[in-house]
Amino acid sequence: MTKSDIAISVRDLTKQFGTFTAVDHISFDVRKGEIFGFLGANGAGKTTAMRMLCGLSYPTSGSGTVAGFDVCTQGEDIKRHIGYMSQKFSLYGDLTVAQNLRLFSTIYGLSDAEIKERMGAVMNQLDMESMANAHVKSIPVGWRQKLAFAASTIHRPEIVFLDEPTGGVDPVTRRKFWELIYRASSEGMTVFVTTHYLDEAEYCNRVSIMVDGRIAALDTPAALKEKYHAETMDEVFRVVAKDAQRTE
Amino acid sequence: MNILGSLIKKEAIHIVRDKRTMFITLCMPLVLLLLFGFAISTEVNDVRVAVVTEQHTDKTRDIIQALDVNSYFTFEGLASDAEVEPLLRQGKIDAALILRTDGAETPYQIVVDASNPTVAQAAVSYISGVVERRTGESVITRTLYNPQMKSSYNFVPGIMGMIFILICAIMTSVSIVREKETGTLDLLLVSPVRPINIFIGKLVPYFVLSCCILAIMLTMAYTVLGLPTSGTIVSVIGVSLLYIVLSLSIGLLVSTLVDTQVSALIVSAMLFMVPVIMLSGMIFPVDNMPLPLQGISCIIPARWYISAMRKLMIQQIGFSGVIKEVIIMAGMTLVLLAAQLGKFNSKK
Amino acid sequence: MSNVVEVTDVSKAYGAIQALDKVSFSVKEGEMFGLIGPDGAGKSTLYRLLSTLLVPDSGKLTVLGMDTVKDYRALRRQIGYMPERFSLYPDLSIAENLNFFADLFGVSVKDNYDLIAPIFSQLAKFPNRPAGKLSGGMKQKLALSCALIHRPPLLLLDEPTTGVDAVSRSEFWDMLAGLRKYGITILVSTSYMDEATLCDRIAMIDHGKILRTDTPERLVAGLDENLYNAVSANMFRLLAGLRSLPEVIDCYTFGATLHVVGAESFKADEVKRKLATQGIDDVNIYPAKGVIEDLFIKLTRNDQE
Repeated sequence: MTKSDIAISVRDLTKQFGTFTAVDHISFDVRKGEIFGFLGANGAGKTTAMRMLCGLSYPTSGSGTVAGFDVCTQGEDIKRHIGYMSQKFSLYGDLTVAQNLRLFSTIYGLSDAEIKERMGAVMNQLDMESMANAHVKSIPVGWRQKLAFAASTIHRPEIVFLDEPTGGVDPVTRRKFWELIYRASSEGMTVFVTTHYLDEAEYCNRVSIMVDGRIAALDTPAALKEKYHAETMDEVFRVVAKDAQRTE
Repeated sequence: MNILGSLIKKEAIHIVRDKRTMFITLCMPLVLLLLFGFAISTEVNDVRVAVVTEQHTDKTRDIIQALDVNSYFTFEGLASDAEVEPLLRQGKIDAALILRTDGAETPYQIVVDASNPTVAQAAVSYISGVVERRTGESVITRTLYNPQMKSSYNFVPGIMGMIFILICAIMTSVSIVREKETGTLDLLLVSPVRPINIFIGKLVPYFVLSCCILAIMLTMAYTVLGLPTSGTIVSVIGVSLLYIVLSLSIGLLVSTLVDTQVSALIVSAMLFMVPVIMLSGMIFPVDNMPLPLQGISCIIPARWYISAMRKLMIQQIGFSGVIKEVIIMAGMTLVLLAAQLGKFNSKK
Repeated sequence: MSNVVEVTDVSKAYGAIQALDKVSFSVKEGEMFGLIGPDGAGKSTLYRLLSTLLVPDSGKLTVLGMDTVKDYRALRRQIGYMPERFSLYPDLSIAENLNFFADLFGVSVKDNYDLIAPIFSQLAKFPNRPAGKLSGGMKQKLALSCALIHRPPLLLLDEPTTGVDAVSRSEFWDMLAGLRKYGITILVSTSYMDEATLCDRIAMIDHGKILRTDTPERLVAGLDENLYNAVSANMFRLLAGLRSLPEVIDCYTFGATLHVVGAESFKADEVKRKLATQGIDDVNIYPAKGVIEDLFIKLTRNDQE
């Protein structure tokens, strides 16, 4: 891997809260355009690690870059070059589709000309032109998810972080969402995703499993299944995470 | 332990474990009483007065001396007609007393800086009091019940009216709605517990908490604030307990109307706290309000409580003087509780 | 064997939203019955109806031989209900929570400890820890203990495994399996389709309607017919390529592969040849095993778009 291929690179990234080490010397690289699954048991330190990668908190020790910016010092620059979407919060239900997109464009600091161009492109790509003035809460959940993804990537970030984007969603909608991720990835966007659905881990190019603040396994789903003699990622996860000591 | 007992115990644990809220709840009455009693005062002290006089007579000397020795005034010296306006404008004096001499009569004029109307009004009445007593020709104003016009007294009923709404209505409604939000209320409803017991279990601990606060506030009022103790104390406690029950039933009402803690807080605060402060006569006298507002104030429980407390604590009128207020509050309580009971019985 | 739960033509609407539309199913005594469907399918409404918290607009629910509307008081002693988001008191300790729920039902923890012992033993080590400080998996165990403390013959579990990691989830299913020797009937809902196979019978629910009710084995029977896996390096391109072919009825992502639903005329070699003409020449196509998720997609295919 050459340096220019790398979207995320961290070495010995550590975060301590008092005497508690939430994230304990994790190191990994994510290639540009890769779909990287970031799994872990409840309380393994996923959220803390993700916050550091998104520039929301600085590591206690260790080093790393996200989209070419230093995670220890350039949190603000990182925030401008990534997208973030979570299932819990993504869009304002009482605003219309167009208003939501415009709001996120403004938040990410796009110029008026860019906003116009990107919004047109997004609406066209998602085939949502007829829904532009519909309130987000009134549109079906599948569309809402696509829109949320579009909103979080409207500034064409190099990396998009997806925090459990598909919880509780029906299988058809989930699949449409993954197609969107495939498309983004094939266009060169790096996708960093957490999920509790282990069958979804199989969609990822590579998967890491965090246990007790450390990365316990990291490889392609196929290699992991072979290594742990497992049929499914679910089994892999259970073997890797069964010795977890930490309970949040 | 029986079911009601364990419900009450559980609720008491919620209250006691929430140290911060507990601290605020117990300290707020103290702080408010001290704040209103001493720091925020509508009494006017140290009104700076200048006197303009054409010629000194016994009477004018007498008046000036009276102003000089009176603790409410600071006598700033004599001034000429022309100087009055600049002095007022520069804020060097609050009021000027202009005395004319016309034979035996002493006509006078008071010029006052009314940028703070409260100070202005008080200054005018003080000065005219002083002058009229000396000239002996005008109406004598006497303040009754609160001869020193100590505002600390006046605020005691108002603060009590506010605190109980705060503790009983807001805290109970928030605690019930919190259980709605977390889903634990569903678990209680699905258990064999009768809904009425769930709510009694909620109300009892807050009733006890309110009683503690009542004790704290009355102790403060009768000792630190020096409210005269008298035979009305039993009535004071009795009427307060009625008001606490009324406030609790308001809390219940709010909890059935809303589904989130935030809206419980907003509804209780907007519907009850603000009107209590604005309309109950706590700060602005009800008699001075426009008629429609007076009408609205009638349905605010705190208005009747505060009025009853004024009569009992300050005017020292016996229980017979507050029967109207007591009947109104008791009526409100019955209506509210009956409405709630109806709701429980026709559940779902 | 009698039916513990009997739901007949039940409808419930919230304003304009039809949460449940003429739902009917029954659960036999001692059965582990799964209610599988996405968020918003109407699962929670059904639970609230069964637990007597709601009355249906029309239809009838009989639970343990009692009507949920008329006999709700008697029924409430008999069911153990665990709502979504493990409802516990976060400021009460583990022991206080458990004792409180025991008191509510007028039972003692000691008398019923044998039933919850396998579930509660891990929690018993730190009885004074506040429930709010527990991990998702621990909270789930405590909530289940609280729901079981009065030995209900019927357990209603509404999405007990949502938001819990895979290890805790599989532990939880093991615990449920352990309860079956006590003859407890369990009605459990989930949005994780892969959990369906752990139930004796399942009802698939979507948009307030029951799609199918049967054993997991019977539901997936016949699904394998004309169902294929397809893989290539560029999955996104492969997806578009397959969808353009007339002999492909449906094609969707399925973990590391794509699942292809073929028409009668589907021939793997022929499809590979056609894809190669589109420039996709690294395709591997082989038969796939259909699972509940494939069935769900099949059944809802016409609703979508």
